[in-house]
Amino acid sequence: MKVRLKVWRQKNEQSEGGFQTYDTPELNPNMSFLEMLDVINEELTEKGEEPIAFDHDCREGICGTCSLTINGKPHGPHRGVATCQTYMRSFHDGETITVEPFRANPFPVIRDLIVNRAAFDKIIQAGGFISVRTGSAPDANNLPVSKEVAELAMDAAACIGCGACVAACKNASAMLFVAAKSSQLNLLPQGKPEKDSRVLALVKTMDEAGFGNCTNQYECSAVCPKLISEDFIARFNRDYIAAGFRSKFSSASSVSAGS
Amino acid sequence: MHKATHFFTSSIGKKVIMAVTGLILIGFVIGHLIGNLQIFAAPEVINSYAHFLQSMGPGLWAVRLFLLAALVLHVWAAVQLTIENRKARPRGYDYDHTIQASYASRTMRWSGFIVLAFLLFHLAHFTVRIGPYDKYNEMTATITHQGQQIEVLDVHSMMVIGFQSPLVSLFYIVAIGLLSIHLSHGIASMFQSVGLLTNRWRNGLANAAIAISVLYFIGNALIPLSVLFGWVDIQNPSLIASL
Amino acid sequence: MNLDAKTPSGPLAQKWDRHLIESKLVSPNNRRKFEIIVVGAGLAGASAAASLGELGYKVKCFVFHDSPRRAHSIAAQGGINAAKNYQNDGDSVYRLFHDTIKGGDFRSREANVYRLAQVSANIIDQCVAQGVPFAREYGGLLANRSFGGAQVSRTFYARGQTGQQLLLGAYSALSRQIGLGNVTMFNQREMLDLVLVDGHAKGIVVRDLVNGEISSHSADAVILATGGYGNVFNLSTYARGSNATAIWRAHRRGAVFGNPCFTQIHPTCIPVSGDYQSKLTLMSESLRNDGRIWVPKKVGDKRAPGDIPEDERDYYLERMYPSYGNLAPRDISSRAAKRVCDEGRGVGASGLGVYLDFSDSINRLGLDTIRERYNNLFDIYKEITDENAYEVPMRIFPAVHYTMGGLWVDYNLMSNIPGLFVLGEANYSDHGANRLGASALMQGLADGYFVIPYTIGNYLTTALGKRPPADHPEFRKAEDEVNGRVKRLLDNKGKRTVQSFHKELGKIMWDYCGMARNEDGLKKAIELIPQLRAEYWENVNVPGSGEELNQSLERAGRVADFLELGELMCRDALDRKESCGGHFREEHQTGDGEALRNDDDFGFVSCWEFKGENEPPVMHREPLVYEEIKMAVRNYK
Repeated sequence: MKVRLKVWRQKNEQSEGGFQTYDTPELNPNMSFLEMLDVINEELTEKGEEPIAFDHDCREGICGTCSLTINGKPHGPHRGVATCQTYMRSFHDGETITVEPFRANPFPVIRDLIVNRAAFDKIIQAGGFISVRTGSAPDANNLPVSKEVAELAMDAAACIGCGACVAACKNASAMLFVAAKSSQLNLLPQGKPEKDSRVLALVKTMDEAGFGNCTNQYECSAVCPKLISEDFIARFNRDYIAAGFRSKFSSASSVSAGS
Repeated sequence: MHKATHFFTSSIGKKVIMAVTGLILIGFVIGHLIGNLQIFAAPEVINSYAHFLQSMGPGLWAVRLFLLAALVLHVWAAVQLTIENRKARPRGYDYDHTIQASYASRTMRWSGFIVLAFLLFHLAHFTVRIGPYDKYNEMTATITHQGQQIEVLDVHSMMVIGFQSPLVSLFYIVAIGLLSIHLSHGIASMFQSVGLLTNRWRNGLANAAIAISVLYFIGNALIPLSVLFGWVDIQNPSLIASL
Repeated sequence: MNLDAKTPSGPLAQKWDRHLIESKLVSPNNRRKFEIIVVGAGLAGASAAASLGELGYKVKCFVFHDSPRRAHSIAAQGGINAAKNYQNDGDSVYRLFHDTIKGGDFRSREANVYRLAQVSANIIDQCVAQGVPFAREYGGLLANRSFGGAQVSRTFYARGQTGQQLLLGAYSALSRQIGLGNVTMFNQREMLDLVLVDGHAKGIVVRDLVNGEISSHSADAVILATGGYGNVFNLSTYARGSNATAIWRAHRRGAVFGNPCFTQIHPTCIPVSGDYQSKLTLMSESLRNDGRIWVPKKVGDKRAPGDIPEDERDYYLERMYPSYGNLAPRDISSRAAKRVCDEGRGVGASGLGVYLDFSDSINRLGLDTIRERYNNLFDIYKEITDENAYEVPMRIFPAVHYTMGGLWVDYNLMSNIPGLFVLGEANYSDHGANRLGASALMQGLADGYFVIPYTIGNYLTTALGKRPPADHPEFRKAEDEVNGRVKRLLDNKGKRTVQSFHKELGKIMWDYCGMARNEDGLKKAIELIPQLRAEYWENVNVPGSGEELNQSLERAGRVADFLELGELMCRDALDRKESCGGHFREEHQTGDGEALRNDDDFGFVSCWEFKGENEPPVMHREPLVYEEIKMAVRNYK
C-alpha cells in the first residue's frame, strides 16, 4: 500500500508552520504508523532534506511520549490505542492522511509534530503526590484498601500523561488528566489527608497554565489510549466543590494544614 | 487560605455556576410550560393563574430578580468560559473531527445566544407588552376570585392573538427548538459539573435529558400550533372586533 | 587498578546494618552546601533525586525526555519482588537473596544482593504510602503472584503495569521536591560528557535538545541512573531512545565497565515482521503456562500451521527438557528457539519464529478459560500482528531485553571514579549473569530510595567545599570536545543514514554476540565493528544543524557510542571462556547442550578500562568471594 501524508512542519516555537505533502513508497500494512514515518524520514535524509520531527519512545503504548493528531483524531483511528500501536492496515491504500501536532495553547509546538507538555509536570508538582518521606512509611499491610477501591484507583492511575485528552477536547481542557491523577490519590486512604489541598492546588495550577474548561463532551475519554472514564471528572468536580466549602467553613480542613 | 472568589472564578467554579443557574432556569422554563399548558383548559383557568401571579406583588419581583440574576450569571459564566476556551486553542485543527460530542453540546453557545435574543422579544411581547403589543393591556376578561367576579388581563386571548401571527409562531417554535436542544445537553451536563454523575446512570440520564427536552419541545410547540390550526380559539370574539 | 568493593566485614546478614552505622553522615546544615547531579529519572534516578532532595541536598536532575515520567522503567509489566512473606509460604530475606544469586548464575556480589533482599520490603511500604495502587485481595491486603526462578509468591504487581505505577510513584515524589524547590529539573537535556577535576567527578556537559545549546553543570557528586544498553542490538524491547551515551562517556573518562557481555534475551517476543521494524514487543512469559512451543520437523516446511499434522511437529522444548518442558528458563528456551531456526525450521515469513500453540489448552480447558487468563495478551498480539491467536498459533521469537552488565560500582554504588555513582540498570551490581523476573524494579528503587541516600555521605564528607565553578578549564575542555564531536557529525555529510549503521551494527551484535556466541564469531565481530565505526565517521549523513531540535543528531551521537560499546561487549564475551546465565559460549556446554560454567577460572567480574580510541581496553578482575553460599550448577532438567 501507499499513502499520501499531509504533515505539519514547523521549524521551532517562534516560526510559522505549514503543511507539506509527502507520498510514501510502498508500505507493508503491518508497519506501525511511526515506522511509516521512519521510512519517510530515511528517504528524506537520503534526499538531503530534514526529516519530520515527531515524539516517540517506548513504542509499546505506555510511556506517553508519542502524540500526533491523525485525521483530526489524537492517536489515530482506533479506540484505546496510542499512535505507536496504530498500524498502517488501519488506513486505505491511496488515502491522504493529515498529521498535525496536538494543538493547545499550553502545549506549544517546538518542532514539526513535537509539542512541549511541561504544563502537565507543573500540575503534578503542585499537588499530584502524597507527601511521604523516604523511609517513613508504615508496613504496607497496615492500611487495608478494599479491592474495589484499589481497582478504581488503578483505573485512574493508568493515565500515561500523553496529553491526547487536551488535544481532543474542543476547549483544550486538561480535566481528564488532572481528574485521573487526583482521583487515584483521593480514592486511597493514604491520599485522604491532603485531599482538599490537592484538588485546590491542581485546579489553580491547571487554570494558570491556560487550559480550557470542561464542557462535558467527553471527547477526552473517547481518545484516551487507556480509556480513562469521564467519571473521574465528575468525581474531581465533587472533590473540588467539597474542598471549596471545607476551606471556607471547616477549621479542620486539610487546606490550612496542607498549604 | 482559599478565598471564595477564587472558587467561583476557577474553571470548575464557573461550571458550577453554569450548572446551578442552569438548574434554576430549567426549573423556571418547565414551570412556565406547565402554567402555559393551561391554555388548553377553559380561558378562566389560565387567566386566574395569571392573576394569581400578578397579585403576588413584591413576591413576584423577588422571583423575577432571582431569575434575572440566575440568567445574568449563566450568561456571564458562559461568556467567560467561551473566551477562555478560545484562548486555550488559538489555532484549531486543519482536519476537524468530532468523535462523540453531541450536536447539542457543540452548539450551546449559538443555541443559548439565539434563545437569549428570543427571550428579549418574548418579554417585550407578553410580559412588558410594549411597542405594537401594548394593546394587549386593553384586553380583559372576567374571572371568579374568592367568590367575586373581577376583571383581569385576558392572557388566554393575548396568547391566541399573539400566536395567530405565523411569523411570531415560527420564531417561537424555532427558539423553543433551540432551547430544547440546549437543554438536552444542559440537563445531563449539570449533574456532571457538580460531580453527581457516575457511569451507572450516565447513559440513563443522557437519554432522560433527551426525553425531557423532546417533551418540553412538544409541549411548547403545541401552543402556537394549536392556535395556528385553530384548535384553540378566542372565547370572546368581540375582542377581535375591538382590535 | 584498585577495584576495592568496600564490602563491609562481618556476617552477611549484618553487613548492611554495620555499614549504616559506620557510614559518615552529612549534617543538615551542610547538606544544602552540596550540589548533586542526577542523570536519568527512571526508577533509580527519580527515587534518588527525590530522596536526596528531601534530605536537603541541592539536586539537579537531567533527562533527555520531555518529562521525568517517560523513562523506560515505565514499560516493565510483571511486578516487583519483595521478601515480605505476606503469603506465609516460607519467604525470607535469605531466600530472596539466595534465589537472586542462583538466578544470576553465581556471578554477582554476595553482599550487594543480600542488601537488595533486605531493603526490598521497605520498597513496598514506601510505594504503598505514595499511593501506588498495587493489586489487592478481597480483604484489602496486598496480593502477590509467583514468578520464574522462585518457589514462593513474592511478586507485587499493579495489573500489567507495575513499572508504570512504580515510576509514577517515584515521579510524584520527585515532582513534590521540584515543587518545593529542592530539585531543579532539566528536561530535554542529554548528558554528552562527564567532567573530572583532579580525578573526581565534578560535573557534566549537556546539550539542550530543543535549541542545541551546550552547557556545563558542576556539582559535588554525579549520579548516573541512565538505564541499560540493549539498544546496541538496534532491535530490542527497549524504548527507541534508550542509550548508553551517559555511561559510555563516563567509561571513556575512566569509569570501569563491569561484565559488558551479560545480556538477557527474553524468549517470548513478537517476531520481526519486516526490514522497517523499529521495536520488539514482549509478550508475557506467563503464556508458556498454557501454550505449547513447536516448529515443523521438516526443514523449510512452509505449510500453514493447521495443515501440518501432529506427527510432523517438533515440540522441541518438551523433547529436550522433558521435566520442565515449555517452562524451561528464559536463557534455555531462547537458545533452543535459535537452534531450531538456525536449522531452517523457523516459521513465519522471515523464518525467525516458533509457534506458541494454545489449541491443546483450548480443547482441554475451553476457550473461555484461555480467554479469561490471557485475553489482554491475545488482544495486544492481534493489534500488532493482525492474527487471532485463538485460531492460529502465536509466533514468538527471543529478543534482547535487559543488560546485566554496566559500570562497575562498589558497595556504596560509587564507581572507581570518586564522586561518580551509578544506580539501577546502568550499573553492574546485583543480577550477575542473568536477572530474574521482577527484580529490575526492585533494584532500581532499592538503589535510589534506600542505598544512595546513606552511602553518598561517605564520599561527600570528604568533598566539602571542593565543587569547582562550571567555568573551570576542565569544563571548557569537555565542552570543546563535545562541540567538536557534534560538528564532526554534522559536517560529515556522507551517504548513509544513522539508522542504516545502527541496523548493521545490530545485526553484527545479534549474529555474533547474541544468544549463542563462539570464538570465531566474536573474533569476526571484533574485526567488523571497527570497520563499521570507521565507515561511520567517514560516511554518515546527519541532516540539519546543531542549533535546533535535531533528532538525527541525537541518534547519531548515541549510535557512535554503541559502535564502541558493541566492540567491548564482544571482547568481553570472547574473553569469558565459559557459559553462564545469559552468556552462552558454544564451546562451553555439556553433552546435552547446557551451559557449562567455570567457577575456578571465571569466578570474577570482568572490569574493563578504556585506554583510548582504537586502543584495546584492559581487563581487570574483581574476584567474587562467596562466604555464605556455595556455587552450584543450575539444573532445570
